[in-house]
Amino acid sequence: VMASGYSAKEEDGHHSGALGPAGGAAVRSRKPDNTAFKQQRLPAWQPILTAGTVLPAFFIIGLLFIPIGIGLYVTSNNIRELQIDYTGTESSSPCFACSQNYSWNMTTPCVCSVSFSLDQPFESNVFMYYGLSNFYQNHRRYVKSRDDSQLNGNLNSLKEPSKECEPYRTNDGKPIAPCGAIANSLFNDTLALYYNDPNGTETQIQLVKRGIAWWTDKHVKFRNPVGDDSNLTAIFQGTAKPVNWQKPVYELDSDPENNGFINEDLIVWMRTAALPTFRKLYRIIEKNSSTSPTLPRGNYTLKITYNYPVRSFEGRKRMILSTISWMGGKNPFLGIAYITVGSICFFLGVVLLIIHHKYGSRSSSADLTH
Amino acid sequence: MDFNAIRNLISRYCTGEENWVDSRTVYIGHREPPPGTEAYIPQRFPDNRIVSSKYTFWNFVPKNLFEQFRRIANFYFLIIFLVQLIIDTPTSPITSGLPLFFVITVTAIKQGYEDWLRHKADNAVNQCPVHIIQHGKVVRKQSHKLRVGDIVLVKEDETFPCDLILLSTSRDDGTCFVTTASLDGESSHKTYYAVQDTKSFNTEQELDTLRATIECEQPQPDLYKFVGRINIYQERDEPIARPLGSENVLLRGATLKNTEYVYAVAIYTGMETKMALNYQSKSQKRSAVEKSMNAFLIVYLCILLSKALINTVLKYVWQANPNRDEPWYNEKTESERQRHVLIRAFTDFLAFMVLFNYIIPVSMYVTVEMQKFLGSYFITWDEEMFDDEIGEGALVNTSDLNEELGQVEYIFTDKTGTLTENNMEFIECCVDGHVYVPHAICNGQILPGALGIDMIDSSPGPDGKEHEELFFRALCLCHTVQVKEEETVDGIKRGIHQGKGTSFYISSSPDEVALVEGMKRLGFTYLRLKDNHMEILNREDEIERFELLEVLNFDSVRRRMSVIVRSGTGELYLFCKGADSSIFPRVISGKVEQVRARVEHNAVEGLRTLCVAYKLLTFEEYQDICQLLETAKLALQERDKKLAEAYDAIERDFILLGATAVEDRLQDKAADTIESLHKAGMKVWVLTGDKMETAAATCYASKLFRRSTQILELTTKRTEEQNLHDVLFDLSRTVLRQHGSLTRDTFSGLSNEFQDYGLIIDGATLTAVMKPDQDGSTGNYKEIFLEICRNCSAVLCCRMAPLQKAQIVKLIKFSKEHPITLAIGDGANDVSMILEAHVGIGIMGKEGRQAARNSDYAIPKFKHLKKMLLVHGHYYYIRIAELVQYFFYKNVCFIFPQFLYQFFCGFSQQPLYDTAYLTLYNISFTSLPILLYSLIEQHINMDILKRDPSLYRDIAKNSLLRWRIFIYWTFLGVFDAVVFFFGAYFLFDNTTFTSNGQMFGNWTFGTLVFTVLVFTVTLKLALDTHYWTWINHFVIWGSLLFYVVFSLLWGGIIWPFLNYQRMYYVFMQMLSSGPAWLCIILLITVSLLPDVVKKVMCRALWPTTTERIQTKRKCLNVEQSTIFMLSQTSSSISF
Repeated sequence: VMASGYSAKEEDGHHSGALGPAGGAAVRSRKPDNTAFKQQRLPAWQPILTAGTVLPAFFIIGLLFIPIGIGLYVTSNNIRELQIDYTGTESSSPCFACSQNYSWNMTTPCVCSVSFSLDQPFESNVFMYYGLSNFYQNHRRYVKSRDDSQLNGNLNSLKEPSKECEPYRTNDGKPIAPCGAIANSLFNDTLALYYNDPNGTETQIQLVKRGIAWWTDKHVKFRNPVGDDSNLTAIFQGTAKPVNWQKPVYELDSDPENNGFINEDLIVWMRTAALPTFRKLYRIIEKNSSTSPTLPRGNYTLKITYNYPVRSFEGRKRMILSTISWMGGKNPFLGIAYITVGSICFFLGVVLLIIHHKYGSRSSSADLTH
Repeated sequence: MDFNAIRNLISRYCTGEENWVDSRTVYIGHREPPPGTEAYIPQRFPDNRIVSSKYTFWNFVPKNLFEQFRRIANFYFLIIFLVQLIIDTPTSPITSGLPLFFVITVTAIKQGYEDWLRHKADNAVNQCPVHIIQHGKVVRKQSHKLRVGDIVLVKEDETFPCDLILLSTSRDDGTCFVTTASLDGESSHKTYYAVQDTKSFNTEQELDTLRATIECEQPQPDLYKFVGRINIYQERDEPIARPLGSENVLLRGATLKNTEYVYAVAIYTGMETKMALNYQSKSQKRSAVEKSMNAFLIVYLCILLSKALINTVLKYVWQANPNRDEPWYNEKTESERQRHVLIRAFTDFLAFMVLFNYIIPVSMYVTVEMQKFLGSYFITWDEEMFDDEIGEGALVNTSDLNEELGQVEYIFTDKTGTLTENNMEFIECCVDGHVYVPHAICNGQILPGALGIDMIDSSPGPDGKEHEELFFRALCLCHTVQVKEEETVDGIKRGIHQGKGTSFYISSSPDEVALVEGMKRLGFTYLRLKDNHMEILNREDEIERFELLEVLNFDSVRRRMSVIVRSGTGELYLFCKGADSSIFPRVISGKVEQVRARVEHNAVEGLRTLCVAYKLLTFEEYQDICQLLETAKLALQERDKKLAEAYDAIERDFILLGATAVEDRLQDKAADTIESLHKAGMKVWVLTGDKMETAAATCYASKLFRRSTQILELTTKRTEEQNLHDVLFDLSRTVLRQHGSLTRDTFSGLSNEFQDYGLIIDGATLTAVMKPDQDGSTGNYKEIFLEICRNCSAVLCCRMAPLQKAQIVKLIKFSKEHPITLAIGDGANDVSMILEAHVGIGIMGKEGRQAARNSDYAIPKFKHLKKMLLVHGHYYYIRIAELVQYFFYKNVCFIFPQFLYQFFCGFSQQPLYDTAYLTLYNISFTSLPILLYSLIEQHINMDILKRDPSLYRDIAKNSLLRWRIFIYWTFLGVFDAVVFFFGAYFLFDNTTFTSNGQMFGNWTFGTLVFTVLVFTVTLKLALDTHYWTWINHFVIWGSLLFYVVFSLLWGGIIWPFLNYQRMYYVFMQMLSSGPAWLCIILLITVSLLPDVVKKVMCRALWPTTTERIQTKRKCLNVEQSTIFMLSQTSSSISF
């Protein structure tokens, strides 16, 4: 005891002594600045994740997520959706014949029709999709096989497409427009929908082909090349059509606003899908009157001009009719996930509450005795 | 210079113990010997250049590049870059080439700058002027031009420029005084002797006539060993050969004291000097964290390889069907088709490697380097580590080891100048039990001590008074102190009276100086030795003269010295002073008990005590003594033994006068620092060149040894009695018995209260322990020794040569636990251990700046070590640990979705994210928050860390980078990645989630995953942050905002320089969809949930000490927190 007292006294003496002689201006200048940052003493908020602090968060998440999830689930369930597979691999299928004898340079298109009926009417706008399965639009060789600058109307790229387009870059020495594997494999089935009135007449349903592509794609990203001539045919002079196409790009549509590179079917196709099973927007069936549903209950016929071969890679083709809510098409995933996560959080909240009560007090009392 | 290095190596390993494997002949003054005597073979020696730099101008680029690419990581990135250049890969070579180039350049610039500084320091040393005798004249030369054989003139207080043989001095007796403080830490003045036959060559002209050669061994690092011979040629005579020993050698780095000038001849120069040989080559130190990082890196490399391999194999399995390999819509080019399948497979493998290579990010190395470099500024900026006395703060020489400061297990400290101030001070004396404490301010006033013993009779009677004065006189007379006069104009008396500046005492023992100075303060001033009379100025300002008849010099066996003097009145006195153990048995009267009690009390305080005794001699007795000494001195055989016997016969039957206490003042707060370090679980060893008694006293004073510590001695004294083998086994048995009982009780957590051991070992014994045994059982003694050391709380190694210090450090460093070692010292003698230890700390001491220059960190005082380790080290460690783990985590999160995506894109190496995201993810979106975290995170307040050293144990043994924790982080990353990917997958699963029915493509998919990823990893860091300053808020929220702004911009324009526009409006379209928002929120929540739950559970159920203290502080500071918030807001406004 004496020893420690002695040394403490000694140290104090030294300390004050050491401070005494110093203090010249020159010495002071080398002294580090006494700023909060340099001394690591910035004022700070020091939160700690303890059971107590996290508890309310868990309950809040639980209470928020469960209603959201229920809302999403209900919305998803209210969406009408109808899928029709018309691949035609089964012999019973109406498109069996078309799918079997297929060649790219067929002169007469093969047409088949599939009948179906709607049990419930489709209210509001109905969106018609075509769906492909086992089609790897996200394959790297495929994804990069395009020339965005050609599609943007660049005349140089029109004549001299990017190397990335190989082997769909040139045909017979002429540059292909639009070049690349994506454009080359443009989906070219034609789908038409007929409503079979109970009185026997068959009325074709108006399919809108505008507004299926992103507005920005249609107006900015995709542009027709502009030459001296306003005629598209003249501008595309000297280019070849993609090998698998039946018509050149400047004959895709009669409407000049939907022809050439700004053809919306082309634009939709050019946006490569994320997964091998995908759907793409084909047409929109707009709601005409406020009184009758867009697609009333009844029988329908889908007439398909069957051009697109998928049998070789075991693909499937579908036609999908769907209504859309604010959250898009039918997808129960989000709703279920929200409900699950909300419940788990709530449950964890309860568990933490128990732990907090049982151990929280214990550990803090242990500290005090320590 | 390389030639030199090899030569050094060879000479270092070849010069064996005593034998001259190789010798060199030095021609003094480069004059060839007279013809016929010997062939003149001029040998080539290196010049006196000191080289500590690593590169030259020419070899910098290749050598530096080579060294940089030796790092696994850099080499790996180089390979990736080359692969990207050569083959068609999913990402462009710029994405890895640019960062790599940046890293390499920055590192090269940094290392180049450091080397340039070293060049500058070398130049400063190499160009300082030296005086050389050439053709009878003094010539000034630059130090590096000095050559072996040059005769050098060194003046007082100059440092020797190389190793020299002393030829002559300004003193008549051919001696000079030298302090080797910067070499071995002994600050006392040592006497060196000129060669007898040359000491008369006292001027330049005379020296020019000297013809002599020196034959000596090739340089070797042992400071205390030298064997050589000088041959002096005279006209026509046979040359005279004289042996040379270490007493003739002046070593580079030592300083000439109290001698006007000396002439000496250079024998070892430049990198061959003993000082340079005692340096260890600067090898790059790697911290434990870096080692773990490399281990993790290898794991990730394996993961990467296996990922690439799995994908390649699966790709070819999947592609076995030609319609999958090459469907009609996606044909290959002709050249691709013709490539051999093996080449294709190999290219695919490499392409997968490139695709996943981000899992080992270049940016981690950049961030770690930046963190270390910038972080080290906090050490230099620390005001608490600034010393007003020397006007300097801490210095950081290598920032690579910051985090190692938090991992130290063993501390090796020097004593002199590190633990102690390196100046002795007279504290008190005790005469017959009365304690006298001189006071610096009231000079000479006697202050009776207030402590117990002297109160027995507080007023000394006339008899006491007489004793008291005799005691003071004894101390004024019984010493070998010399008075050093400086330009004495009119008398020494005035000079001494006026104190410092004009004259002062010097001696080979600083204790004696302290004692004589202490006497001066008590009123008795020793003036000088003149004509064999010692003059003392007594209290009444009268000069008393004593004739000095005999001096019985001090030696370490007797541990005492005596003088015989005749007073003015003709009485003959024998005064003796010495260690208590050697005085008390020889005392026949005096107040032995009181004095002994006081001596013991002082020893416990860590003071160096001496006892003083006297006896009156009759003339007859004196004559007998003279006779005795004379015969002993003249003895031809066993002179030492006979002298010892004579001394023994003379020094007996004393009357005890009293005792003195001298303190080698400990550095400020040294004891407190050592105590804290002990509490933090570190073992402190003292390694000193000093002698055992002194060192042991310091250890007691600095609380290294406590009163309860049982001291185990492993010294030459003991091994002489018993052989080494037995001593070692004895000690280990003692220790292990204790250890057995200790393990039983460690669970009770009271291990501190147990009997602890302290070990004292000296240099000679250490050599014996370390020496490989003849019968091959090399490690045997070493192992036992280590076992003993492990169980000792403190170890003192005395009488250590510099290289031995390094050896000890090395021994511990490579013992089986591979503990992290730290060496701290202030002198050149500590440099080798500073370089050897994992972390070397230099004290900016009085003995030059060599240690500070060679250290990794330099601090002004020993006490600063506490903050350095407990606060800075701790912070750096937790910061870098989180940095490393987090980096691997965020890159698993980043890359694992890409891996999963391969299963859905036909294993085609399609990247999930856009190139911009791939490149910028590590560089800008997630780099700043972690960098900032790793700079300013404080999980616990600084003051708590300092107050509670035991927190240091929480991070011991690299605890935050253990495999368990690493695996946890990795799995967390994998889990998060799975959540991101499949969350997005199910959202995209064959449906639309826009309100206008339009579809999203693969880039939207990737962007969704990426957005969740960026938010999750940033928020994960936010959850880990315990110290939210305004900068943290700014950086964390800022980088999230930056990501959003960047994405808006990146997708907002058709970028003319890009050949693809795949990101055009992708991000905005995604944000326009409600479900995308909901999905992002959901996925972030799910990803963060398990980590939060784990943290909260662990804290509640199995809290660590750190967590307990955090929680406790929170409980106590509930009320303060509001104040905190207020101050925070006010400060953020002021910023």
